[in-house]
Amino acid sequence: MALITFTNKGIYCKQGDFYIDPWQPVNLAVTTHGHADHVKWGNKAYLCHEHTKPILQHRLGDLNIQTLPYHKEININGVKLSLYPAGHVIGSAQIRLEYKGEVWAVSGDYKVEYDGISTAFEPVKCHTFVSESTFGLPIYKWQPQQDIFNQIKNWISHNHDKNQTTVLVAYSLGKAQRLMAGLAGYVDIYVHSSIANLNDAFFKAGIILPHTIPITAETSKESLLKGIVIVPPAVADGKWIKSLTHAATGICSGWMQVRAGRRWRSADAGFALSDHADWPGLLSAIKATEAEKVYVTHGHTAVFSKYLNEIGIEAEEVKTQYGDGEEEDNIEVNKD
Amino acid sequence: MKRFSQLIQELEMSNKTNDKMLALVDYFNEADDMDKPYVIAMFTGKRPKRPVSTALIKQWAIELSNLPEWLFAECYHNVGDLSETIALILPPPTSIRDRKLNEWINDLALLNDKDEAFKKQFITKAWDTLETSERFIFNKLISGNFRIGVSNKILVNALAKQSDTESSKIMHSIMGKWLPSEINYTDLVNGVHVNTDNSWPYPFCLAYALEGVLSSLGEPQEWQAEWKWDGIRGQIVKRNGELFIWSRGEELVTEQFPELHFLLDELEDGTVLDGEILSVKDGKVQAFSILQQRLNRKTIHKNQLKDAPIGFYTYDLLEYKGRDIREEALNKRRQILERMISNLKTNSIVVLSPIVSFNQWDELAKLRETARDLNSEGIMLKKLNSAYHSGRKRGDWWKWKINPYTVDTVMIYAQKGSGRRANFYTDYTFAVRDGDQLVTIAKAYSGLTDKEIKEVNAFVVKNAIEKFGPVRTVKPELVFEIAFEGIAESKRHKAGLALRFPRIARWRKDKKADEINTLDDLRQLLQATLLPPA
Ligand SMILES: [Zn+2]
Ligand SMILES: [Zn+2]
Repeated sequence: MALITFTNKGIYCKQGDFYIDPWQPVNLAVTTHGHADHVKWGNKAYLCHEHTKPILQHRLGDLNIQTLPYHKEININGVKLSLYPAGHVIGSAQIRLEYKGEVWAVSGDYKVEYDGISTAFEPVKCHTFVSESTFGLPIYKWQPQQDIFNQIKNWISHNHDKNQTTVLVAYSLGKAQRLMAGLAGYVDIYVHSSIANLNDAFFKAGIILPHTIPITAETSKESLLKGIVIVPPAVADGKWIKSLTHAATGICSGWMQVRAGRRWRSADAGFALSDHADWPGLLSAIKATEAEKVYVTHGHTAVFSKYLNEIGIEAEEVKTQYGDGEEEDNIEVNKD
Repeated sequence: MKRFSQLIQELEMSNKTNDKMLALVDYFNEADDMDKPYVIAMFTGKRPKRPVSTALIKQWAIELSNLPEWLFAECYHNVGDLSETIALILPPPTSIRDRKLNEWINDLALLNDKDEAFKKQFITKAWDTLETSERFIFNKLISGNFRIGVSNKILVNALAKQSDTESSKIMHSIMGKWLPSEINYTDLVNGVHVNTDNSWPYPFCLAYALEGVLSSLGEPQEWQAEWKWDGIRGQIVKRNGELFIWSRGEELVTEQFPELHFLLDELEDGTVLDGEILSVKDGKVQAFSILQQRLNRKTIHKNQLKDAPIGFYTYDLLEYKGRDIREEALNKRRQILERMISNLKTNSIVVLSPIVSFNQWDELAKLRETARDLNSEGIMLKKLNSAYHSGRKRGDWWKWKINPYTVDTVMIYAQKGSGRRANFYTDYTFAVRDGDQLVTIAKAYSGLTDKEIKEVNAFVVKNAIEKFGPVRTVKPELVFEIAFEGIAESKRHKAGLALRFPRIARWRKDKKADEINTLDDLRQLLQATLLPPA
């Protein structure tokens, strides 16, 4: 018995009459996390993890939002619904659905490695699993994040030696906080206003983050030179960066794993630091669900589902609208 | 090899010439002395023999990574580089070893006469001791093909800065046939070997493409115009009773062109000529496609000697009676050259590249239009009082090419790009009409704007008919004008001909698929280029 169908409005649970991460307005949008490709404006009501609420309010304004902690089960029209940590960004959740003994889980975006800031990923045992596959190719195998942070630190000190301002490019939700956690205490961290505003929203909701310094009109270029600057992708190529003292930009993204990806973006360094599961991560997570059937959404869906079938896991690709511009919109960019 | 791997990453990340240069300077300051000549050899295109075939390397990598072959192919398609794909998919190393670059290169060279089992053992063991980034370098060392956007000029400037030597001297020193295993870095940049090597060539003087209007060049009387020939730029060196022919790729090609060997008897010792190796029949320059039959061959058939006889059109004289005369004015060098060529006993094989005489710029512009009739690519303009520069220098030499050929085609296949472009269809295959069929004639990577790429991408997504792995057959609807430099017969292509340097000139949104060119149009063009010039 299918608990989920894939409709042109999004992932739909008929028994419970609600959608998960819909891309067209519906009555109830169960929301896995706060990235722009997973949550749209205009739904009558939202249901999400309690830490996702400040993100939605910050991004979309005053909404009708109901929240849940992880693991607490509620009943919607007879469907038991609970949230499990996805380890992707703060508040990210997998959605577990149970109806008459049948269990389905929708992963949203996830990563298996604990990042020190989002609640650690937990596999959900289920009959059917809907998994993302953003990096579903064997070329994507992340190095342990400690190694990547060491590389970033080396690069920062190299830039300091050469009197260059270090600029790290990272999504304002997720990667920015992860960098803050990984570099806290090592160097003064200056953040672009869009990241500072989101951090404020977290702070007001009682979520404690490492100390950062918001960049304002008064911030001197000399102080930035001594610390580091974190900016979202939307401002990475802007005039403001060019006005810094010998800016050296480093992009933090899974796409940096491949040389062509690094060259495509004009940057001085690329670090393959991702908030998505890598190839071994996807495979281990899927195996841990013990699911009989897997639906594969955004990313390398065709390749990944073909491979799953070959190793004996029944899988099917599903077309969704996820994965395009995790958060390119909704950023208040100061066009300076 | 870690330091070299770091250099490669720095070179690849930077898009500023000066940063690349500084990265090289840092490298040559810090690297192992023994490694340095190997890096210079690699960056100047000196290739060791490939010890293991691509097919075997690929096969071993697939085995080790335990992936199905189709999945490897998908990975390769996304990465766009075989060495890198292999580096990424292999299981992580079990122990790390940092060996010197020169040790790796020498070990690889020793593999050449070993059997396959030994090679496999060596390569797979090496992989198991290297991190991803070094594995990539190692795979590139096997292939011998290191193209990472370092021009000769950047390298030379870096070496000049690092060793505090004049760049023209460096350029001269690193040319020629030295072996990295037999020379140390200091001797190499000082050119110690230059005086002991008879074959020593000079760096070629290169021209920039002419921009703007001709009149900005000043008075026509200050310039010498020549035809720009479409052959192999070459340098002929005669010293101490030996003759050497160098191609611009810095390869010795002496054996390939027996027609020129008479120069051993007829040129004086201490002579270096610059010119173009061409196929010349009955005093007429033939198309490049005919010359092509003579290139990169170990043996030459009688027919080839008959159909594609070689000639040498001399441009310049660089060394005369053992003296480097590159600093003399062009008109003076030309005078000596003219005398020297007219004194050759064997005439009509090595000749002067004729001067195109003109009094007014617009007169020259008209003459340029006739270049194709001579199988020439256009006009070269050289300042009469100019020295023979090392490499490319703006101002004294200009090339003024004729416009490329164009053909209207329809797109029939599309393939996604690699890496970040993996999300877009950016590689296209184009066809012309042959009766009621479409025949593929060119593959081109996008020369389109980002906006156009997105539009084409949307079209492909909507109009894909069939999938062959990563390739999509699309409805033949979008018309593109393809520009190309030449056309040649080709048995490998279904159309029976192949275009040289095809690229997208523009998207002809104004044209429909039934308005494209036909295969017959191209055949006619091919025939026209094969005819002896009028
Ligand atoms: Zn996400
Ligand atoms: Zn997503």
